Formats: sequence, C-alpha cells, structure tokens
Amino acid sequence: MAEGTGFSIHRQPGFTAIAMLCFVLLYLPIILLVIYSFNAGNSIAIWEGFSWRWYQSAWENEQVQEATVRSLIIALWASVISTSVAVLAALATTRTRKFKGQSAVFAMINQPLMVPEIVTAVALLIFFAMIKVATGYTGLMYLIIAHAAFCIPFAYLPIRARLQGMDLSLEQAAADLYATPFQVFRRITLPQLWPGILAGAMLAFVISLDDVVITEFVKSAGQDTLPTYMLGQLRRVVTPEVNAISTALLAISVAMVIAFTVLSKMKN
Amino acid sequence: MSDLSSSAAKHASRTRWLLLTPALVILVFAASGPLLITLVYSFLTAGAYGGVEWQFSWDAWFNVVFERDIFEDTLGFSDAHLSIFWRSVKLSLLTTLFCIFFGFPTAYFIATRPKKQRDLWMLLIIIPFWTNLLIRTFAVVELIRNEGTVNTVLMALGIIDEPIQMLFTEFAILVGMVYVYLPLMVLPLYASMERLDFSLVEAGYDLYATRLKVLRRVILPLVKPGVIAGSILVFVPSLGAYVTPRVMGGGNQLMIGNLIELQFGQGRNWPLGAALSITLLAIVMIALMVYVRTAGENEVRHG
Repeated sequence: MAEGTGFSIHRQPGFTAIAMLCFVLLYLPIILLVIYSFNAGNSIAIWEGFSWRWYQSAWENEQVQEATVRSLIIALWASVISTSVAVLAALATTRTRKFKGQSAVFAMINQPLMVPEIVTAVALLIFFAMIKVATGYTGLMYLIIAHAAFCIPFAYLPIRARLQGMDLSLEQAAADLYATPFQVFRRITLPQLWPGILAGAMLAFVISLDDVVITEFVKSAGQDTLPTYMLGQLRRVVTPEVNAISTALLAISVAMVIAFTVLSKMKN
Repeated sequence: MSDLSSSAAKHASRTRWLLLTPALVILVFAASGPLLITLVYSFLTAGAYGGVEWQFSWDAWFNVVFERDIFEDTLGFSDAHLSIFWRSVKLSLLTTLFCIFFGFPTAYFIATRPKKQRDLWMLLIIIPFWTNLLIRTFAVVELIRNEGTVNTVLMALGIIDEPIQMLFTEFAILVGMVYVYLPLMVLPLYASMERLDFSLVEAGYDLYATRLKVLRRVILPLVKPGVIAGSILVFVPSLGAYVTPRVMGGGNQLMIGNLIELQFGQGRNWPLGAALSITLLAIVMIALMVYVRTAGENEVRHG
C-alpha cells in the first residue's frame, strides 16, 4: 500500500499518537493498582518494597472471607440458573420463523441491558421490600434471583450465536431416523452447543461477581459481597489491602475473558 | 393436510412457550414486574418513615421538577433537582465527546493494523470492558487522590507544594466516566471501521484531497453509524451512572443516580425516588429509540 514516497492512505496525523496515549491511559491505573497491592508500606503511591502482606491481611480478614464466599455462592447459582433458562430460551427463539410475541420476548430478555442499573436496583428494592415484609424471609435468595435475572441476556447471547451458526442437517438426519426430540437434543444439539453454553455461563459468572449497584440495593444487613464490601471500604482510609482484593478479582475476570474469547472462536 | 400442519404449528408454538417459561418467570419476577411496581409507587403518597401509603397522589411527579415553598406557599422550580439533572446531562455529553476524541483515533488505529494483529489490539480494549467497573473507578481514584500517584509525583518533582484537590470534583467524575466507558465507544467504532472500504479513501487522495478532507468527507460519513452507536452506548450508562459519581464525587457532586438513591436513604421519599427512576428510564428509552431508528435507516440505505 505504501508507495515509493512513503505515502500511506491509512495515515491520519496524530491518530497513532492518540491511540497509543489511549492504551497507556487505559492500562496505567490498573497496572499501578496491581503494583501497589504488593507494597510493603501503607501507601498506595509511595513504594516501600515488595511484600505479600496485604494479600495475607485480606486473606485473614474475616469480613473479606465471608464476602468472598457469599460472592462465589451467588455468582455460581446465578450463572447456573441463568444459563439453564437461557439455553431453553435460545432453543425456543433461534432458527424459527418470526412468531407472535417475539419482539416482546426479546425486549424482556434484553431488558437488563437497556434499563439503567440504578433503575432496576430501585425497582428490586421496592418489590423485595414488599416480599420481605409479607414473608419475613431475608436470606440470600433475593440476591441470587436478582443476579440470575440480569445475567440472562449475557448467557443468552453467546448461546444463541452458537445455535445460529450450527448446521441444521445433522438434527434433521437424526429426526429422520426416528430419534425423539429429546434424543436429538441430547445427542446432536448439546454436544455442538457446549462451547456456547460454557461461554455464556462464564460471562454470567463474571457479570454476577462484578455487580455492585443491584447488590448494594437488594442486600439485607450483613450480606456484603466482595464489591459492596470494597465500596464500603472506599469511604475510609484506604490501604493496599483493597488493591490486593481488586487484583485477585481482576485476575479472575481477565482469565475468564480470555477463556471466553477462545471458546467463542472454537469451531466444532 | 391443512389440519395436520396447523396442529403441528400449534404443537411447535406450545413447545416454544414452554421452553421460554422459566426465563420469562425469572425476568417477570426480578426485572419487568418490579419496574411496573415502581411505576405504581410513583403515584402513591410517601410514608412518614420511608415506604408508601396506598393513596393516589401526583406529588412525586410534581416534585421531580417543582418545589413548593412551605413558608410562602409559592411554587417554583426545584433548583436542587434541576442542577443535578443539568450536571448529569452535561457530564454525560462531555463524557461522550471525550470518548469520541480518544476512541475514534484508537478504533481507526486498530482497524488499519494488519488483519492478524487486530484481534490482539481489540483484546486490549475488551479486557478493561469486562473488568469490574468499581475496580477501574478505584484505580483512577488512587491516581488522582490527594495522597495519590499524580500528586505524589508532582510534589516529589517540586512542581507543586500542596496536593491539588482533584477527587470529589466534577472533573473527577468526568475523568472516571471517560475512563470506564471508553471501551463502549471503541467497540462499535471499530466494527464500522473494519468494514470501511479503503479504496474510497484512495480515490479521495487520487483526486487531490488533503488528509483532513478525506477524514471529513470520506471516512466520517462512512463510519457515522459507528459514531452514533458508540455515543449512545456511552451516553446512556453515563446518564444513569451511580458508582462512578458516588466514588469520584464523594457525595457533593450528585448525579441523577445518586439523587435517586438519596430518596431511599436519608430523604426517604420512595414515591419521588420511583418517579425519578421512571424519568431516567424514559430519557434512556428515547435515546435508544433514536439509536434504533438511525441504525434502521442505515440498514435500509445499505441494503
């Protein structure tokens, strides 16, 4: 493309510089956050040598332990529930002709993506407050259901994408050979679909694990998850302990994203 | 024959709705249902200690923009609310503009890399996109707080004697929102630039256009759908932002999201909070409808 004079049709003055600046600015804060999680001192800006002490103190902090366990339980349940119902919903809505009520169904599934999180959070606060008064139950189920609901579109989209890319002829062949619909699903559809299911489940897991706003509004007293615990801590004097927790969460997210990218690109 | 096919169609339809039921039940229970209840709450009377009394009232909607002076019994605009609305809109627009300023060249840079490199560059954009918003906000806080990196470095270099107060200002909210929402701008911009036909750009240069002219007259019109999509994707969550203004603004610089929360905390006016939520939702829906319409028009034009 570049001609003898070095003229490139792609070049726009300043664009590369801004792009580089952009990448630096995107990663500099995160990298500093990670670096200072290993700081031996109390500061988040003055380096006093390498140490694991903040990881140790986070590990031994009972509130952090409880919040971590709670976060994992909620994320696990939310991803299992949302992925299961998303598989069924994807089977019902892909590879069919337009059906009555289709746009309403899509609007409902995608609602958590379109409605601002604070609005959903307030709506859930109001609704669950009514149920809490009526039933007296204040357990984790509220958080699990709330998380499952906003995870549905994230689980649904990769599963649907996978289904749409799948070859119909194998399923038709099985049906021609008198396999029952369930057998077709078990033996033909599911084995081809599993990368999509796994991708959807991981996405749902990360989304649930990272949620702050809805959790903050739905949780009852003493039900902090890791992100809401951190949000509470930010009001006080911050030590690198928060950096250590952040770095651990960051590592999980990055690992999941990379695994997700690999899974979604996987061919049959 | 027609009887058989219609019964088969009926069966297929029943199976479809059966498969959809579990998802829809959860969504009705924890998404659309609560939203409807919120709408109902916005027409009720505020309870004395939070909650509501089941008595119809326009008060909440009235209080979204107006304010009654209890001493003089006069009517006026609620300055507090209007200034928060204004700040929200202003900061969201500025966030969108800065995201275009940084995001456009970045998406262009990635789209003009050799094909094999592009996925890797995009991964660098996607990773922050999928990492915890709170953590990313917090990373910026550490950078700009008084005892943070920027102030420490500037003081060590002797450029300043006292730390510059950056945190808990509108500037901080803006920086935070640009930082967390930037990937949302790059993703759709890249999608439309990747399909850009560079032979058109070449034709522009052949006709002696300058680089700026090619950018303005050739590239920009072709990637306009991406710019619009990115702007909506940034503007909508900015307007409803809660975490970033709470952490960066420190309770002094409220945005709509924080104003809504206040109604369920100290303010304890649930119907007003519900009405504010529905207002926010309505603004977002209008923005999304504009987006769908422009996207639809482009489909038609290309099709």
